[in-house]
Amino acid sequence: MSQSRRSFLKAMGTVSLTAVGAKESKATPKNVVSDDRLGVLVDTTVCIGCRQCEYACKVEHGLPAGNIDDYSDRSVFETMRRPDHTALTVVNEYPAENSRQQSVTVKVQCMHCDHPACVSACIVGAFTKQENGAVIWDEGRCIGCRYCMVACPFQIPAFEFDKTIQPRIMKCDFCYETRTSKGLPTACVEACPTEALTFGKRYELIQIAHERIRKNPERYIDHVFGEHEVGGTSWLYLGGQEFLRLGFPDVGTNPAPGATEPIQHAIFKFFVPPVALYALLGGIMWLGKQSSEEEE
Amino acid sequence: MEEYFKPQPIKRPFLSKGVIILLILAANGIIWSILRFGFGLGAVTNLNNQFPWGIWIGLDVAAGVALAAGGFTTSALVHIFYREDFHVLVRPAIMTAMLGYTFVGLGVMFDLGRYYNIWHVPIMGNSNSVLFEVGICVMTYLATLYVEFFPIVNERFIGRVHLKGILKFLNKPIDGFLRFADSFLGKTMFFFIILGVVLSCLHQSSLGTLMLIAGKKVHPLWQTPISPLLFLLSAFSVGFPMVIMESLTASRSLGLKPEMDVLRKLARFIGPILSVYLAFKLGDMVIRGTYVYLNEINLQTIMWVIEILFGVIIPLRMFFWDKVLHSRTLLYIASLLVIFGVALNRFNVFIIAYKPPYILQQYWPSIGEISVTVGFIAIEILLYRALVMIFPVISVPLKGVSAKAKYAIRGVIQ
Repeated sequence: MSQSRRSFLKAMGTVSLTAVGAKESKATPKNVVSDDRLGVLVDTTVCIGCRQCEYACKVEHGLPAGNIDDYSDRSVFETMRRPDHTALTVVNEYPAENSRQQSVTVKVQCMHCDHPACVSACIVGAFTKQENGAVIWDEGRCIGCRYCMVACPFQIPAFEFDKTIQPRIMKCDFCYETRTSKGLPTACVEACPTEALTFGKRYELIQIAHERIRKNPERYIDHVFGEHEVGGTSWLYLGGQEFLRLGFPDVGTNPAPGATEPIQHAIFKFFVPPVALYALLGGIMWLGKQSSEEEE
Repeated sequence: MEEYFKPQPIKRPFLSKGVIILLILAANGIIWSILRFGFGLGAVTNLNNQFPWGIWIGLDVAAGVALAAGGFTTSALVHIFYREDFHVLVRPAIMTAMLGYTFVGLGVMFDLGRYYNIWHVPIMGNSNSVLFEVGICVMTYLATLYVEFFPIVNERFIGRVHLKGILKFLNKPIDGFLRFADSFLGKTMFFFIILGVVLSCLHQSSLGTLMLIAGKKVHPLWQTPISPLLFLLSAFSVGFPMVIMESLTASRSLGLKPEMDVLRKLARFIGPILSVYLAFKLGDMVIRGTYVYLNEINLQTIMWVIEILFGVIIPLRMFFWDKVLHSRTLLYIASLLVIFGVALNRFNVFIIAYKPPYILQQYWPSIGEISVTVGFIAIEILLYRALVMIFPVISVPLKGVSAKAKYAIRGVIQ
């Protein structure tokens, strides 16, 4: 009795140590992205909220776009909207905290993280980070589990809940197939009439952003959103006020996969912990068998 | 060793008042299932782009996996730690785990938008994905449970395969196969038993890793890096209460005498295990300083207090109280509280704690979601009842059993 209880506790201790030890080790995310990867710099102080980008995006992705004249209707700004399965990008309006702007309009879409949570989370690897920075979804692999939606720190992927068969995960794909894989700018960048969106290499965009902040310190806050957020994103934002008050989430600078991948990799490093647990239990079982045979 | 108890198919009429209610609930669940597969997730569930996971994941899958922990904990206790005195509990525990995991699998299929692509998981798996590990472990463990159940099928049907009519020619091959399986499993069962325990430890803990990637979307009361450890400890804690609850329920419903002596001995393990769980849970809270959130009163903190108070602290005290261990009713209540606490923990982690930054539409489970979940539970109980009437699962005293039924089968793990 006491013997087996002791061994039971021993086994439990081993298991706990395995689990606790797991969080100590560090993540080693594979980085496939190129140093020349592309991105878009969004200057929210220049955006006028014309929503031409929304229209262009829908046309580009074959989504029902409606009449272009309807996009000048500013009443949609009364409620906050989110990108979903009908619109991969949306523009929201926020009250301005400085006198230069009447209001601030902010375009929202997938940020195309450098260490994407969706890529790490996806059970079948349907999400991939491309060399040029795009994070894209592969319809042929997806099983529709929606773990990407749980994982995404920016709450971007949307799901076609109303479709019975072949529902898709819908999110900005950085126009990967049609444009950016060929080096062309995305549809929204091309549509922007005020050059609020700048397409280019990410490192150059970061230089441009800091340059603008340096030249107009009263226009911008000294923060390029996306430079370090969740380990860096391909889409970068400039703003005239705190990004939390422009509808951006409080995400911190640690990549989201850093929370789970170290645990996963510690448990499955050469399968040592599972095999060790197997051996331990096998040993206990064998010992128990020996002693129970002795009794008989 | 003289055996007092012997597993026997229980001879009772299948129908009873309770069974009829369960049949109605099952039928209701099946109707909603047809709607789900006919018209899609959006037609039946209240899931939306802010709340991608609902009670089908939080209860059917996460709580379902936790509550099926009776199988691996009992089989570890009896077969690995050689506590033969608990032997009568193994078969019901394995069978419940088998049923439980079958319905976890079904729950996943209901929730997947592209369920027909489920075969992508083993061949396209992404080794960075926690969900992949959970999925593979659950699939493998489900298969292992069927293997562990197979000796019971052998025991029931070896020498008794009597198919009628045109299927008659199959009698001999089936019997031969059962005998082969029996002798094969007799030699290799130890492999599957240990495998089952290892796989359980892996995915019970990984289920706790699942929400870590959601970061700040999960309320800090539950979002902790030791979540996998807490999930594992709570799975250990809930295993034996499940076995006790099932045993007491089944003996009442089937008109048998409960094996109180065995159950009482088993119940003595629960207090210490629950204490370890509580210690880690509160220790984590102190270290991370999350008790500050308890100053606010909101849905999350209320649910947290209910979970800890009624699900851990009260049953913990009860299991250390001799009066509880000697009273069938109190033992039943204490076990139910632990089960409630762990199920609520899973529900809290996956549903209550999940607060996305942008909420356009709140989530509340729809009638369809609740109907399917209730229907699953009803069907599970009905299958339990049917299986214990077909197979020798529940042990009854040997007295009064006809001599013909006394046989020994080689290879059955005894």
